Amino acid sequence: MAGTPAQDVNGRPEVAPPFSLMVELTHRCPLHCLYCSNPLEMDRVEDELSTEDWLRVIDQAADMGVLQFHFSGGEPLLRRDFLTLLERAHERDLFTNLITSGIGLTDAVLDRLVELDLGSFQLSFQGSDEAMVEQVAGGPFWKKKMEIGRKVRDLDLSLSINTVLHRQNLHQVGDLIDLAVSLGAERLELANTQYAGWALLNRDHLLPTRAQLEEASAVVAAKRAEHGDRMEIIWVVPDYFDDFPTPCMGGWGDSLFSISPDGTIMPCLSARILPDLDLPNVRRHDLSWAWYESPAFHAFRGFDWMQEPCSSCPMRFQDHGGCRCQAMLIAGDPKATDPSCIYSPHRPEIDAAIARAEARDAPEGEAEYRVLEGPTRG
Amino acid sequence: MSSVPERPRIARRGRLRYDAARETHVLLLPERVVMLSDSAAEVLGLCDGERTEADLVQELQTRYPDADLADDVHELLKEALERQWLEPPPKT
Repeated sequence: MAGTPAQDVNGRPEVAPPFSLMVELTHRCPLHCLYCSNPLEMDRVEDELSTEDWLRVIDQAADMGVLQFHFSGGEPLLRRDFLTLLERAHERDLFTNLITSGIGLTDAVLDRLVELDLGSFQLSFQGSDEAMVEQVAGGPFWKKKMEIGRKVRDLDLSLSINTVLHRQNLHQVGDLIDLAVSLGAERLELANTQYAGWALLNRDHLLPTRAQLEEASAVVAAKRAEHGDRMEIIWVVPDYFDDFPTPCMGGWGDSLFSISPDGTIMPCLSARILPDLDLPNVRRHDLSWAWYESPAFHAFRGFDWMQEPCSSCPMRFQDHGGCRCQAMLIAGDPKATDPSCIYSPHRPEIDAAIARAEARDAPEGEAEYRVLEGPTRG
Repeated sequence: MSSVPERPRIARRGRLRYDAARETHVLLLPERVVMLSDSAAEVLGLCDGERTEADLVQELQTRYPDADLADDVHELLKEALERQWLEPPPKT
Protein backbone atom coordinates (compact mmCIF):
# COMPACT_ATOMS: atom_id res chain seq x y z
CA MET A 1 0.00 0.00 0.00
CA ALA A 2 2.99 2.26 0.47
CA GLY A 3 2.97 4.73 -2.40
CA THR A 4 4.06 8.34 -2.43
CA PRO A 5 1.30 10.20 -0.60
CA ALA A 6 -0.44 12.93 -2.59
CA GLN A 7 0.81 16.41 -1.73
CA ASP A 8 -0.65 19.89 -1.80
CA VAL A 9 1.01 22.97 -3.34
CA ASN A 10 3.12 23.51 -0.21
CA GLY A 11 4.48 20.00 -0.41
CA ARG A 12 2.40 18.91 2.56
CA PRO A 13 0.37 15.70 2.46
CA GLU A 14 -2.98 16.24 0.80
CA VAL A 15 -5.75 16.23 3.37
CA ALA A 16 -9.18 14.61 3.04
CA PRO A 17 -12.19 15.84 5.02
CA PRO A 18 -12.64 14.35 8.50
CA PHE A 19 -15.26 11.65 9.03
CA SER A 20 -15.73 12.08 12.72
CA LEU A 21 -15.71 14.72 15.44
CA MET A 22 -15.71 14.00 19.17
CA VAL A 23 -16.79 16.89 21.37
CA GLU A 24 -16.20 16.93 25.10
CA LEU A 25 -19.06 19.23 26.14
CA THR A 26 -17.87 19.44 29.73
CA HIS A 27 -15.29 17.90 32.01
CA ARG A 28 -17.81 17.83 34.85
CA CYS A 29 -18.72 14.26 35.73
CA PRO A 30 -20.36 12.40 38.62
CA LEU A 31 -17.81 9.59 38.21
CA HIS A 32 -14.23 9.59 39.48
CA CYS A 33 -12.57 6.85 37.40
CA LEU A 34 -8.86 6.42 37.99
CA TYR A 35 -8.09 6.16 34.27
CA CYS A 36 -10.23 9.06 33.08
CA SER A 37 -9.22 10.23 29.62
CA ASN A 38 -9.82 13.87 30.54
CA PRO A 39 -6.66 15.87 31.10
CA LEU A 40 -5.18 16.17 34.60
CA GLU A 41 -5.92 19.88 34.42
CA MET A 42 -9.55 19.93 33.42
CA ASP A 43 -11.50 22.79 31.90
CA ARG A 44 -13.58 24.58 34.49
CA VAL A 45 -17.26 25.29 34.05
CA GLU A 46 -16.63 29.03 33.57
CA ASP A 47 -14.33 28.21 30.63
CA GLU A 48 -16.90 26.07 28.81
CA LEU A 49 -18.16 27.15 25.41
CA SER A 50 -21.58 28.79 25.10
CA THR A 51 -24.55 27.19 23.36
CA GLU A 52 -23.97 29.52 20.41
CA ASP A 53 -20.36 28.38 20.13
CA TRP A 54 -21.37 24.71 20.05
CA LEU A 55 -24.13 25.32 17.51
CA ARG A 56 -21.56 27.01 15.27
CA VAL A 57 -19.25 24.01 15.73
CA ILE A 58 -22.00 21.62 14.65
CA ASP A 59 -22.77 23.68 11.55
CA GLN A 60 -19.14 24.01 10.55
CA ALA A 61 -18.54 20.29 11.12
CA ALA A 62 -21.50 19.33 8.92
CA ASP A 63 -20.41 21.81 6.24
CA MET A 64 -16.89 20.37 6.05
CA GLY A 65 -18.04 16.76 5.69
CA VAL A 66 -18.08 15.36 9.22
CA LEU A 67 -20.54 12.44 9.23
CA GLN A 68 -20.25 11.01 12.72
CA PHE A 69 -20.69 13.36 15.68
CA HIS A 70 -19.82 12.06 19.15
CA PHE A 71 -21.09 13.83 22.27
CA SER A 72 -18.78 13.03 25.15
CA GLY A 73 -17.41 14.58 28.33
CA GLY A 74 -17.13 14.35 31.34
CA GLU A 75 -20.81 13.69 31.41
CA PRO A 76 -22.34 15.46 28.38
CA LEU A 77 -25.83 15.31 29.94
CA LEU A 78 -24.69 17.79 32.58
CA ARG A 79 -24.85 20.47 29.89
CA ARG A 80 -28.35 21.95 30.12
CA ASP A 81 -28.28 22.68 26.40
CA PHE A 82 -27.46 19.11 25.42
CA LEU A 83 -30.81 18.51 23.69
CA THR A 84 -30.55 21.81 21.82
CA LEU A 85 -27.19 20.68 20.46
CA LEU A 86 -28.46 17.21 19.60
CA GLU A 87 -31.39 18.79 17.79
CA ARG A 88 -29.03 20.84 15.61
CA ALA A 89 -26.88 17.80 14.85
CA HIS A 90 -30.02 15.93 13.83
CA GLU A 91 -31.15 18.80 11.58
CA ARG A 92 -27.73 18.70 9.93
CA ASP A 93 -28.11 14.98 9.17
CA LEU A 94 -25.18 13.94 11.37
CA PHE A 95 -25.02 10.40 12.74
CA THR A 96 -25.01 11.12 16.46
CA ASN A 97 -23.46 9.14 19.27
CA LEU A 98 -23.97 9.87 22.97
CA ILE A 99 -21.19 8.63 25.24
CA THR A 100 -22.56 8.73 28.78
CA SER A 101 -22.37 7.33 32.28
CA GLY A 102 -26.19 7.30 32.27
CA ILE A 103 -26.20 9.19 35.58
CA GLY A 104 -28.75 12.00 35.58
CA LEU A 105 -30.63 10.75 32.53
CA THR A 106 -34.42 11.19 32.82
CA ASP A 107 -37.26 9.48 30.94
CA ALA A 108 -38.12 12.77 29.23
CA VAL A 109 -34.60 13.10 27.84
CA LEU A 110 -34.60 9.46 26.77
CA ASP A 111 -37.78 10.04 24.77
CA ARG A 112 -36.20 13.04 23.07
CA LEU A 113 -33.18 10.93 22.11
CA VAL A 114 -35.54 8.67 20.19
CA GLU A 115 -37.35 11.60 18.56
CA LEU A 116 -34.05 13.16 17.54
CA ASP A 117 -32.98 9.90 15.94
CA LEU A 118 -29.90 9.36 18.10
CA GLY A 119 -27.66 7.00 16.12
CA SER A 120 -25.95 5.27 19.00
CA PHE A 121 -26.20 5.26 22.78
CA GLN A 122 -22.90 4.38 24.40
CA LEU A 123 -23.20 3.49 28.07
CA SER A 124 -20.17 2.99 30.29
CA PHE A 125 -19.85 0.14 32.76
CA GLN A 126 -16.78 0.15 34.99
CA GLY A 127 -17.29 -3.51 35.90
CA SER A 128 -19.79 -6.34 35.71
CA ASP A 129 -21.22 -5.95 39.22
CA GLU A 130 -22.21 -3.37 41.80
CA ALA A 131 -19.05 -3.62 43.89
CA MET A 132 -16.67 -3.20 40.94
CA VAL A 133 -18.55 -0.22 39.51
CA GLU A 134 -18.37 1.47 42.90
CA GLN A 135 -14.71 0.60 43.38
CA VAL A 136 -13.65 1.99 39.99
CA ALA A 137 -16.07 4.90 39.50
CA GLY A 138 -16.01 5.99 43.12
CA GLY A 139 -19.76 5.95 43.82
CA PRO A 140 -23.00 3.90 43.90
CA PHE A 141 -23.83 4.02 40.20
CA TRP A 142 -24.61 0.39 39.33
CA LYS A 143 -28.39 0.37 39.79
CA LYS A 144 -28.91 3.52 37.74
CA LYS A 145 -26.75 2.17 34.92
CA MET A 146 -28.68 -1.08 34.78
CA GLU A 147 -31.96 0.84 34.78
CA ILE A 148 -30.78 3.04 31.91
CA GLY A 149 -29.45 0.07 29.95
CA ARG A 150 -32.84 -1.66 30.13
CA LYS A 151 -34.73 1.49 29.16
CA VAL A 152 -32.49 2.11 26.19
CA ARG A 153 -33.11 -1.45 25.05
CA ASP A 154 -36.88 -1.09 25.51
CA LEU A 155 -36.85 2.12 23.46
CA ASP A 156 -35.04 0.22 20.70
CA LEU A 157 -32.14 2.65 20.61
CA SER A 158 -28.85 1.24 19.37
CA LEU A 159 -26.93 0.37 22.53
CA SER A 160 -23.15 0.15 22.86
CA ILE A 161 -21.54 -0.76 26.15
CA ASN A 162 -18.02 0.37 26.85
CA THR A 163 -15.73 -0.76 29.61
CA VAL A 164 -12.20 0.34 30.28
CA LEU A 165 -10.21 -2.71 31.39
CA HIS A 166 -7.33 -2.91 33.84
CA ARG A 167 -5.81 -5.00 36.59
CA GLN A 168 -8.85 -4.68 38.86
CA ASN A 169 -11.62 -5.71 36.47
CA LEU A 170 -9.93 -7.70 33.70
CA HIS A 171 -11.10 -10.99 35.20
CA GLN A 172 -14.68 -9.81 34.60
CA VAL A 173 -14.57 -9.77 30.77
CA GLY A 174 -16.71 -12.91 30.51
CA ASP A 175 -19.34 -11.46 32.84
CA LEU A 176 -19.18 -8.13 31.00
CA ILE A 177 -19.92 -9.85 27.71
CA ASP A 178 -22.87 -11.69 29.30
CA LEU A 179 -24.09 -8.40 30.78
CA ALA A 180 -23.94 -6.69 27.38
CA VAL A 181 -25.81 -9.58 25.75
CA SER A 182 -28.50 -9.48 28.46
CA LEU A 183 -28.98 -5.74 27.83
CA GLY A 184 -29.34 -6.35 24.10
CA ALA A 185 -26.25 -4.31 23.22
CA GLU A 186 -25.17 -4.33 19.61
CA ARG A 187 -21.59 -3.41 20.37
CA LEU A 188 -19.31 -3.98 23.30
CA GLU A 189 -16.10 -2.03 23.48
CA LEU A 190 -13.62 -3.75 25.76
CA ALA A 191 -11.00 -1.03 25.85
CA ASN A 192 -7.76 -1.80 27.61
CA THR A 193 -6.49 1.26 29.47
CA GLN A 194 -4.25 3.66 27.54
CA TYR A 195 -1.62 5.04 29.86
CA ALA A 196 -1.78 8.80 29.52
CA GLY A 197 -3.11 11.41 31.95
CA TRP A 198 -4.93 9.93 34.93
CA ALA A 199 -4.18 6.38 33.84
CA LEU A 200 -0.43 7.05 33.75
CA LEU A 201 -0.63 8.65 37.18
CA ASN A 202 -2.37 5.51 38.46
CA ARG A 203 -0.51 3.04 36.25
CA ASP A 204 0.66 0.81 39.09
CA HIS A 205 -2.95 0.40 40.19
CA LEU A 206 -4.15 -0.38 36.68
CA LEU A 207 -1.54 -2.30 34.69
CA PRO A 208 -2.44 -6.01 34.54
CA THR A 209 -0.07 -8.96 34.38
CA ARG A 210 0.58 -10.76 31.12
CA ALA A 211 -1.16 -13.88 32.49
CA GLN A 212 -4.28 -11.86 33.34
CA LEU A 213 -4.34 -10.45 29.85
CA GLU A 214 -3.88 -13.81 28.14
CA GLU A 215 -6.67 -15.33 30.21
CA ALA A 216 -9.01 -12.46 29.30
CA SER A 217 -8.04 -12.79 25.64
CA ALA A 218 -9.02 -16.47 25.63
CA VAL A 219 -12.36 -15.70 27.29
CA VAL A 220 -13.10 -13.02 24.68
CA ALA A 221 -12.28 -15.42 21.84
CA ALA A 222 -14.63 -18.09 23.23
CA LYS A 223 -17.46 -15.63 23.87
CA ARG A 224 -17.02 -14.10 20.43
CA ALA A 225 -17.62 -17.48 18.86
CA GLU A 226 -20.82 -17.73 20.91
CA HIS A 227 -22.23 -14.19 20.52
CA GLY A 228 -20.32 -12.68 17.60
CA ASP A 229 -23.24 -12.88 15.18
CA ARG A 230 -25.49 -10.79 17.44
CA MET A 231 -23.04 -8.42 19.07
CA GLU A 232 -19.84 -6.85 17.84
CA ILE A 233 -17.13 -7.30 20.47
CA ILE A 234 -14.20 -4.90 20.18
CA TRP A 235 -11.04 -6.12 21.86
CA VAL A 236 -7.55 -4.96 21.00
CA VAL A 237 -4.42 -6.25 22.70
CA PRO A 238 -3.01 -3.24 24.55
CA ASP A 239 0.18 -1.74 23.13
CA TYR A 240 2.19 -2.39 26.32
CA PHE A 241 1.79 -6.11 25.69
CA ASP A 242 2.31 -6.03 21.96
CA ASP A 243 5.45 -5.55 19.86
CA PHE A 244 4.19 -2.59 17.89
CA PRO A 245 2.15 0.47 18.81
CA THR A 246 -1.48 0.95 17.84
CA PRO A 247 -2.21 3.43 15.02
CA CYS A 248 -3.30 6.20 17.36
CA MET A 249 -6.38 8.03 15.97
CA GLY A 250 -5.70 6.24 12.67
CA GLY A 251 -2.98 8.82 12.10
CA TRP A 252 -2.69 12.43 13.23
CA GLY A 253 -5.31 14.63 11.57
CA ASP A 254 -6.23 11.80 9.22
CA SER A 255 -9.95 11.20 9.73
CA LEU A 256 -10.95 12.13 13.31
CA PHE A 257 -10.56 15.07 15.63
CA SER A 258 -11.93 16.43 18.87
CA ILE A 259 -12.82 19.58 20.77
CA SER A 260 -12.44 20.19 24.50
CA PRO A 261 -15.00 21.98 26.71
CA ASP A 262 -13.13 25.28 26.35
CA GLY A 263 -13.12 25.05 22.56
CA THR A 264 -9.59 23.79 21.93
CA ILE A 265 -9.53 21.92 18.61
CA MET A 266 -7.30 18.86 18.87
CA PRO A 267 -6.14 15.98 16.68
CA CYS A 268 -6.54 13.74 19.77
CA LEU A 269 -8.07 14.10 23.22
CA SER A 270 -4.79 14.47 25.06
CA ALA A 271 -2.94 16.62 22.51
CA ARG A 272 -2.73 19.50 24.98
CA ILE A 273 0.14 17.77 26.80
CA LEU A 274 2.33 18.15 23.70
CA PRO A 275 4.68 21.17 23.78
CA ASP A 276 4.63 24.08 21.32
CA LEU A 277 1.57 22.91 19.41
CA ASP A 278 -0.40 26.18 19.42
CA LEU A 279 -3.73 24.40 19.11
CA PRO A 280 -6.57 26.30 17.41
CA ASN A 281 -9.74 27.22 19.30
CA VAL A 282 -13.31 27.50 18.02
CA ARG A 283 -13.65 30.90 19.67
CA ARG A 284 -11.04 32.24 17.25
CA HIS A 285 -10.76 29.76 14.40
CA ASP A 286 -12.97 28.10 11.86
CA LEU A 287 -13.04 24.27 12.07
CA SER A 288 -12.13 23.98 8.43
CA TRP A 289 -9.05 26.19 8.89
CA ALA A 290 -8.04 24.14 11.92
CA TRP A 291 -8.26 20.88 9.98
CA TYR A 292 -6.69 21.95 6.69
CA GLU A 293 -4.39 24.82 7.55
CA SER A 294 -3.42 25.03 11.21
CA PRO A 295 0.22 24.19 11.98
CA ALA A 296 -0.91 21.98 14.88
CA PHE A 297 -2.85 19.65 12.61
CA HIS A 298 0.10 19.44 10.21
CA ALA A 299 2.66 18.81 12.98
CA PHE A 300 2.51 14.99 12.81
CA ARG A 301 0.49 14.47 9.67
CA GLY A 302 1.83 12.02 7.12
CA PHE A 303 5.35 10.66 7.54
CA ASP A 304 7.85 13.47 6.95
CA TRP A 305 8.01 14.54 10.61
CA MET A 306 9.31 11.15 11.72
CA GLN A 307 12.70 10.31 13.15
CA GLU A 308 14.57 7.01 13.06
CA PRO A 309 13.74 4.23 13.63
CA CYS A 310 10.26 5.22 12.33
CA SER A 311 11.26 7.17 9.25
CA SER A 312 12.67 4.15 7.40
CA CYS A 313 10.43 1.50 8.98
CA PRO A 314 7.92 -0.27 6.74
CA MET A 315 5.51 -0.45 9.69
CA ARG A 316 5.07 3.33 9.67
CA PHE A 317 2.32 3.08 7.05
CA GLN A 318 0.31 0.93 9.44
CA ASP A 319 0.99 2.35 12.89
CA HIS A 320 1.90 5.96 11.97
CA GLY A 321 4.62 5.82 14.63
CA GLY A 322 2.03 5.19 17.35
CA CYS A 323 0.85 7.67 19.95
CA ARG A 324 2.47 11.13 20.09
CA CYS A 325 1.34 11.64 23.67
CA GLN A 326 2.91 8.37 24.81
CA ALA A 327 6.13 9.41 23.03
CA MET A 328 6.07 12.70 24.94
CA LEU A 329 5.17 11.19 28.30
CA ILE A 330 7.76 8.41 28.28
CA ALA A 331 10.46 9.41 25.78
CA GLY A 332 10.11 13.14 26.46
CA ASP A 333 9.93 13.88 22.72
CA PRO A 334 6.68 14.10 20.76
CA LYS A 335 8.48 13.06 17.55
CA ALA A 336 10.01 9.94 19.08
CA THR A 337 8.93 6.43 18.21
CA ASP A 338 6.10 5.36 20.50
CA PRO A 339 7.93 3.66 23.43
CA SER A 340 5.62 0.65 23.21
CA CYS A 341 7.41 -0.28 19.96
CA ILE A 342 10.11 -2.95 20.30
CA TYR A 343 12.40 -0.74 18.17
CA SER A 344 12.12 2.18 20.59
CA PRO A 345 15.14 2.72 22.83
CA HIS A 346 12.59 3.50 25.58
CA ARG A 347 10.82 0.13 25.38
CA PRO A 348 12.66 -1.09 28.54
CA GLU A 349 10.69 1.49 30.55
CA ILE A 350 7.44 -0.15 29.41
CA ASP A 351 8.82 -3.59 30.22
CA ALA A 352 9.88 -2.37 33.65
CA ALA A 353 6.33 -1.19 34.38
CA ILE A 354 5.02 -4.62 33.35
CA ALA A 355 7.67 -6.33 35.50
CA ARG A 356 6.51 -4.26 38.49
CA ALA A 357 2.93 -5.34 37.80
CA GLU A 358 4.06 -8.98 37.65
CA ALA A 359 6.09 -8.76 40.84
CA ARG A 360 3.48 -7.88 43.43
CA ASP A 361 -0.12 -8.32 44.34
CA ALA A 362 -0.98 -4.83 45.48
CA PRO A 363 0.59 -1.55 44.38
CA GLU A 364 2.11 0.82 46.87
CA GLY A 365 0.53 4.17 47.53
CA GLU A 366 -2.98 5.45 47.09
CA ALA A 367 -4.76 5.67 43.75
CA GLU A 368 -5.75 9.19 42.69
CA TYR A 369 -9.42 9.37 41.77
CA ARG A 370 -10.22 12.07 39.25
CA VAL A 371 -11.74 15.24 40.59
CA LEU A 372 -12.40 18.43 38.70
CA GLU A 373 -9.90 20.38 40.81
CA GLY A 374 -7.09 18.17 39.56
CA PRO A 375 -4.77 15.93 41.52
CA THR A 376 -3.05 17.14 44.64
CA ARG A 377 0.60 17.10 43.81
CA GLY A 378 3.59 19.05 45.03
CA MET B 1 -23.84 -17.95 6.30
CA SER B 2 -27.51 -17.06 6.03
CA SER B 3 -29.07 -16.22 2.68
CA VAL B 4 -30.51 -12.90 1.58
CA PRO B 5 -33.83 -12.21 3.35
CA GLU B 6 -36.96 -12.40 1.24
CA ARG B 7 -37.66 -8.70 1.75
CA PRO B 8 -34.27 -7.07 2.36
CA ARG B 9 -34.14 -4.06 4.63
CA ILE B 10 -31.35 -1.65 5.50
CA ALA B 11 -29.91 -2.31 8.96
CA ARG B 12 -32.12 -0.61 11.53
CA ARG B 13 -29.10 1.32 12.76
CA GLY B 14 -28.07 2.40 9.32
CA ARG B 15 -28.74 5.79 7.76
CA LEU B 16 -28.39 6.20 4.01
CA ARG B 17 -27.59 9.70 2.86
CA TYR B 18 -25.79 11.71 0.25
CA ASP B 19 -22.52 13.24 1.40
CA ALA B 20 -22.13 16.55 -0.42
CA ALA B 21 -18.56 17.13 0.79
CA ARG B 22 -17.30 13.91 -0.81
CA GLU B 23 -19.91 13.82 -3.57
CA THR B 24 -20.82 10.25 -2.77
CA HIS B 25 -23.57 8.21 -1.16
CA VAL B 26 -22.80 6.85 2.29
CA LEU B 27 -24.28 4.38 4.71
CA LEU B 28 -23.73 5.51 8.29
CA LEU B 29 -23.61 2.93 11.08
CA PRO B 30 -22.35 3.12 14.67
CA GLU B 31 -18.60 3.76 14.41
CA ARG B 32 -18.67 2.99 10.69
CA VAL B 33 -18.95 4.95 7.45
CA VAL B 34 -19.50 3.00 4.24
CA MET B 35 -18.89 4.88 1.00
CA LEU B 36 -21.21 3.54 -1.66
CA SER B 37 -21.10 3.60 -5.42
CA ASP B 38 -24.12 5.23 -7.06
CA SER B 39 -25.50 1.87 -8.14
CA ALA B 40 -25.04 0.28 -4.70
CA ALA B 41 -26.79 3.27 -3.14
CA GLU B 42 -29.64 2.90 -5.62
CA VAL B 43 -30.14 -0.77 -4.77
CA LEU B 44 -29.83 -0.26 -1.01
CA GLY B 45 -32.22 2.68 -1.20
CA LEU B 46 -34.91 0.24 -2.34
CA CYS B 47 -34.26 -2.17 0.55
CA ASP B 48 -37.23 -1.06 2.66
CA GLY B 49 -38.38 -4.40 4.03
CA GLU B 50 -41.45 -4.22 1.77
CA ARG B 51 -40.03 -5.00 -1.65
CA THR B 52 -38.81 -8.50 -2.49
CA GLU B 53 -35.57 -9.04 -4.35
CA ALA B 54 -37.63 -9.63 -7.51
CA ASP B 55 -39.43 -6.30 -6.95
CA LEU B 56 -36.07 -4.58 -6.66
CA VAL B 57 -34.81 -6.03 -9.89
CA GLN B 58 -38.02 -5.20 -11.71
CA GLU B 59 -38.00 -1.63 -10.48
CA LEU B 60 -34.35 -1.13 -11.48
CA GLN B 61 -35.02 -2.80 -14.81
CA THR B 62 -37.58 -0.11 -15.66
CA ARG B 63 -34.89 2.51 -14.98
CA TYR B 64 -32.22 0.64 -16.95
CA PRO B 65 -34.12 -1.40 -19.55
CA ASP B 66 -31.01 -2.44 -21.48
CA ALA B 67 -29.05 -3.93 -18.59
CA ASP B 68 -29.28 -7.47 -17.22
CA LEU B 69 -29.39 -6.70 -13.51
CA ALA B 70 -30.60 -9.76 -11.59
CA ASP B 71 -27.17 -11.31 -10.90
CA ASP B 72 -25.51 -8.02 -9.96
CA VAL B 73 -28.32 -7.14 -7.58
CA HIS B 74 -28.13 -10.55 -5.96
CA GLU B 75 -24.37 -10.32 -5.49
CA LEU B 76 -24.68 -6.87 -3.96
CA LEU B 77 -27.40 -8.00 -1.54
CA LYS B 78 -25.29 -10.98 -0.48
CA GLU B 79 -22.33 -8.74 0.21
CA ALA B 80 -24.54 -6.20 2.00
CA LEU B 81 -25.86 -8.93 4.27
CA GLU B 82 -22.40 -10.26 5.06
CA ARG B 83 -21.18 -6.77 5.91
CA GLN B 84 -24.24 -6.17 8.12
CA TRP B 85 -25.56 -3.32 6.01
CA LEU B 86 -28.87 -5.22 5.94
CA GLU B 87 -31.00 -6.47 8.78
CA PRO B 88 -30.23 -10.16 9.27
CA PRO B 89 -33.09 -12.57 8.60
CA PRO B 90 -34.97 -13.50 11.80
CA LYS B 91 -33.56 -16.50 13.63
CA THR B 92 -35.61 -19.66 13.16
